[in-house]
Amino acid sequence: MENPPGRMNEPATGSLLEQSYKIEGGNFVAAGNAATKLKDLLKEIKIPADVIRRAAICSFEAEMNVVMYARRGLMKLNVFPAWIVLQVDDEGPGIPDIEMAMQEGYSTATEAMREYGFGAGMGLPNMKKNSDRLEIQSVIGQGTHLRISISLK
Amino acid sequence: MEMTLRKITEILDAQVLTGSDLLDKISVERAGAADLMSDVLAYSHAGALLLTGLANAQSLHTADMAELKAIVYVRGKQPNEETIRLAASRLIPLLKTELGMFESCGRLHRAGLMDNGKSAGPHE
Repeated sequence: MENPPGRMNEPATGSLLEQSYKIEGGNFVAAGNAATKLKDLLKEIKIPADVIRRAAICSFEAEMNVVMYARRGLMKLNVFPAWIVLQVDDEGPGIPDIEMAMQEGYSTATEAMREYGFGAGMGLPNMKKNSDRLEIQSVIGQGTHLRISISLK
Repeated sequence: MEMTLRKITEILDAQVLTGSDLLDKISVERAGAADLMSDVLAYSHAGALLLTGLANAQSLHTADMAELKAIVYVRGKQPNEETIRLAASRLIPLLKTELGMFESCGRLHRAGLMDNGKSAGPHE
């Protein structure tokens, strides 16, 4: 498979469509709104259903992570001719050990977070499973940047 | 075996919280049961039924994102009005049964619904 276009923290040159969604940390009432809007947009522009489902699951997991752990975040969607790229930037505690966080079942969630049905240590593994590439950069005490790429081919 | 939501409502003695006009139009072949939404997102098939005891908005968002057709809330769990309104707008019927998770799953399995299980998840 070819590489997804662009790199982390660089402008999305060649993107056909760009849309950003704000995510508010700690706001469980609004949690899911960004992923829902993103899904509806992908549907509107007639992206294949299986790709929409994978993008929707990735964006929802990423959104929940921001809601649960960060102060705020921004989710940016770029649609390229052969790829969908989701980038999620948050201001938050960062991930101390990315390798551990990638393991299914590893979680630092509190009981309160688990009451919402999340925090079971499946978030990042789920994003990896539903994408073709998952890139993570994290700085302790500053935040986390995710780049999730899904091939349209 | 494909089963209409109306049939499922009868089997579970369920109350329809929203989507009563869709009961004959929507059928499912598979069902999954979980209270952890990440597990649902990880292991479910598009088009399945979700049984859960988690009655907040996240259950609805999960069903929506994972393309699940309807939700059955077990143990008499009641989602709030806002969640019911949202479900109506997303065309996802919500059912509620007083039965427990085990009994609900047992009845549906006996009636022919298949498992929406881990072994057959996407990309595995």
